[in-house]
Amino acid sequence: MAIEVRIPTILRSYTGGAKSVEGSGSTLGELIADLDGRYDGLGERLVDDSGLRRFINVYLNDEDVRFIGGLSAPVTDGDTVTVLPAVAGGAALP
Amino acid sequence: MLTISTELRAKILAHALADHPDEACGVIAGPVGSDRPERFIPMLNAERSPTFYRFDSLEQLRVWRQMDDRDEEPVVIYHSHTATEAYPSRTDVSYASEPGAHYVLVSTRVADRPEFRSFRIVDGAVTEEDVVVPPE
Repeated sequence: MAIEVRIPTILRSYTGGAKSVEGSGSTLGELIADLDGRYDGLGERLVDDSGLRRFINVYLNDEDVRFIGGLSAPVTDGDTVTVLPAVAGGAALP
Repeated sequence: MLTISTELRAKILAHALADHPDEACGVIAGPVGSDRPERFIPMLNAERSPTFYRFDSLEQLRVWRQMDDRDEEPVVIYHSHTATEAYPSRTDVSYASEPGAHYVLVSTRVADRPEFRSFRIVDGAVTEEDVVVPPE
């Protein structure tokens, strides 16, 4: 099973510079665990104790996974998962 | 050093003034590796807040994919502060996720005297840089 995962610039240090890696799993959570097994430390940048990190956007094909079940979103062969750190900031704390 | 045209600088300032008192935000894309800001892309501030901004997640995906298709990257990421100085806050630094970008800060705290400054934010360190506007 191959699911393409597109990695943003700031996380490429975990993947040896690769912009795109492949993983497997039947849910997004399993996919991330699979990747973390091979790219040590990547999982922690995406997930914390309460689930997907708040200021990391993860998309399954064209959808934001927050709206389709988060870590329990089903994934399947041929899907593309894209990770983009949120662009955010401002004068005060969020 | 950020080199930016009069026109693009004016567009950023106009956006910031138009959205005041909410923070305005956006990107200027340019060819990968060129360090040339060329294409102005104002973004919705999904927080619509006077003290915080966040790109709408689906709009960000669309814009990032479009830049990828066009062999572009975000050369400038800009946003405005509406009551404080045009300097990256701790929040700005902690969320800065494009180490290659020039982070432009505008302050609209004084209506007829907006401030426009540019910074690099890499690994949590802020460095101010000169803004060069070549004569047309």
